Amino acid sequence: MTATALPAPPSGAEVSDRAATAGKPSRPENRAGWLFATPFLVLYLAFLIGPVVIGLLISLFNTTTVRAGVGSWVGLSNYADVLTNADFWASMWHSALFTLLTTPFLVLLPLLFAVLVSRLARGQTFYRLAFFAPYVVPSAAVCLIFAFMYTPQTGLITNAFGWFGLTAPDFFGSTSGAWFAVVLLTVWWTFGFNFILYTAAIQEISEEVYEAALLDGAGPWQQIRMITVPLLRPTIGLVLILQVLSSLKVFDQIYILLAGGPNYSTRPVIQYIFDTGFSTYRGGYAAAATMVYFVVLVVVSVGWFLIRRRNNAANA
Amino acid sequence: MASFSRRRFLAAGGGVSLAVAMSGCSTPIGSSLTGAQPSTADVIFWHLFGGGDGENMATMIETYRESSGTSVESSLLSWGNPFYTKLALSTSSGRPPDVTVAHLSRVPLLAQAELLEPVADQFAAAGITEDKFTPAAWEKATVDGTTYAVPIDTHPFVLYYNTALAEQAGLLENGTLRPMRNSDDFVATLQAMKDSTGNEYAAVASITVDPSTCWRLFLMTYSGLAGPIVEDLGTRVTIDRAAMEESFAFLQSLTGDLGLMPRTATSTTSSTLFSNGEVGFLFDGVWQIPTYRDVEGLDFDVVPFPALLGPEPVAYADSHALIVPASPGRPDERTASAVRFVQGLLDQSSTWADGGHVPAWLPVQESEEFLQLQPQSNYTEAAFNAVYDPPGWYTGAGSDFQTAMGSVVASVLTGATDPAQGVDSMTNSLQTFSTARPPV
Repeated sequence: MTATALPAPPSGAEVSDRAATAGKPSRPENRAGWLFATPFLVLYLAFLIGPVVIGLLISLFNTTTVRAGVGSWVGLSNYADVLTNADFWASMWHSALFTLLTTPFLVLLPLLFAVLVSRLARGQTFYRLAFFAPYVVPSAAVCLIFAFMYTPQTGLITNAFGWFGLTAPDFFGSTSGAWFAVVLLTVWWTFGFNFILYTAAIQEISEEVYEAALLDGAGPWQQIRMITVPLLRPTIGLVLILQVLSSLKVFDQIYILLAGGPNYSTRPVIQYIFDTGFSTYRGGYAAAATMVYFVVLVVVSVGWFLIRRRNNAANA
Repeated sequence: MASFSRRRFLAAGGGVSLAVAMSGCSTPIGSSLTGAQPSTADVIFWHLFGGGDGENMATMIETYRESSGTSVESSLLSWGNPFYTKLALSTSSGRPPDVTVAHLSRVPLLAQAELLEPVADQFAAAGITEDKFTPAAWEKATVDGTTYAVPIDTHPFVLYYNTALAEQAGLLENGTLRPMRNSDDFVATLQAMKDSTGNEYAAVASITVDPSTCWRLFLMTYSGLAGPIVEDLGTRVTIDRAAMEESFAFLQSLTGDLGLMPRTATSTTSSTLFSNGEVGFLFDGVWQIPTYRDVEGLDFDVVPFPALLGPEPVAYADSHALIVPASPGRPDERTASAVRFVQGLLDQSSTWADGGHVPAWLPVQESEEFLQLQPQSNYTEAAFNAVYDPPGWYTGAGSDFQTAMGSVVASVLTGATDPAQGVDSMTNSLQTFSTARPPV
């Protein structure tokens, strides 16, 4: 998965501010509000809250995908099994490793290119389109094309190594080659999303600031360093957390390109959950694994939130 | 547009969707919402065959459709783990196909989970009975005394040889490979091939990134000495350490000290080496026959593996079988159509044999037509000596189990792991499977 997260809904603080200034909404207005929110709430309950509750429930049972019903009560033993399973932790590490490998590229490269494109006198639209286009290609198509290019002996990328007198790594047969393959694919593919976030943020920066800097004699490089990048700091923070969360959710490209191989050495945790829950039919166990993973993601998000709050307080 | 107000548009739209919903019961979308089995054709059939097998299956279905006047809706699903996931989910949620292909090695779990209709009675009435099948296959289709599947073939792991190179090495007798009695004969044969050709290797098997092939090679060797490695549906590990160490040592000697086989070879390497005559022997499944048949300038033949470490020859094999997934709401006439369809496919087993498979249906297997078929009729014996994956909830074709076990075998074959360590890592790996809570 890639960053498909939408901008966060307005935080509670803003909402309560407005309520305080506007006073309590009248009853009919309140009802209308709920009515307008209904389509969202129905979908939210049916596809988000509902499955989470069901997942939590079946993680306490020996639920299987080969039988109807939730199966027999097993208490917390699924959790005990998950927490002591080496394969689970190996796959957790693979998801984390993928995040460590892709996040620096996907946070810094789009920033670099967004700044460069913003300074172009002409053709900006073309570059924006060119950088964003790969993002809209479905994962299956991207993976098939890259698998083609990674093919030993005949693939384009394999041969490209030869042009520089290098030997291509074994993209499918070796662990390091497989990571290289999947990271390269991911950077090319999902680069565009962060690029657009940066581009939007750069457009928000007022022209007057640059004009003032120009009058003070700042060159292009100084403008970038002293104005653009510092003013982009909140966006960099946003991109970073969105990227970490979406990289931790990696599944499709590793599953389609490598099937988690060779010998499960790149299998991310979501594939582990899929393999145990669907391929080997152990739904309850997989639900427990999902919950453990969910808690890890929540901890990461909350940690980021706390750090940001402290920074904001320090800046204020 | 003024006359067509938004309100009227919404009302019309609502009416249309309501009408769709009301009439939906007979459409696939409607039936998926109401939880009934779709009935878009007399027989809904799933299979997992691409390539040449897929073409043969399509021919068989078409022939049946024309001769019987029955409508058959056939869906090709991608093979491997996802296939069994789809099958299990569709059946446990009450929307299964009428007939589907499954590997016999996957039948025990499906049967234990009560996802299969016990078929023997209906089939017996139609003349499809035990005495007309390869015994090993029928036995594997039977779980706790009840038969759940109708085997259509056996596809063993076999020995391919290059006829010209074998002739040159003096290994032929009456136009076929001289019989071998044990591992010494086998090694001598490979050595003779290597000496005669002067090539680096005598034989090849796909080892790298191919755990399934490694597993087949291993289980064939090991089963000559000992019984299944797990019992009680996979919950009890029953490894014979001595036998396993001996098997590992033997296989490792082929790629190691004796230098008869490359220790790293992908499926591409092995097919290139064998196609170009750089090796005289190939260890692979019979399903590869159509691949090599099309190679120009390659004359090859296929025979069962000889007895290696044990007294009797053993063939690692699996079988494709036809199963009727359980569906409480399936009307009797649909079940009857399903039975007739299965019978129709069995009768065309000779078309199916084109893909290298040994028909399980004896009336075809013993027919003159099949006996003339080369090289398929050479290794009929392997179907009778077949050893399948041990019954277990996690074993079977394309399973994680095969990947895990095969990876251990691969590391022994490459020399990274010595035989005793190999036994330990296989035991450890099995521990994870056998102690996990079974889904059934």
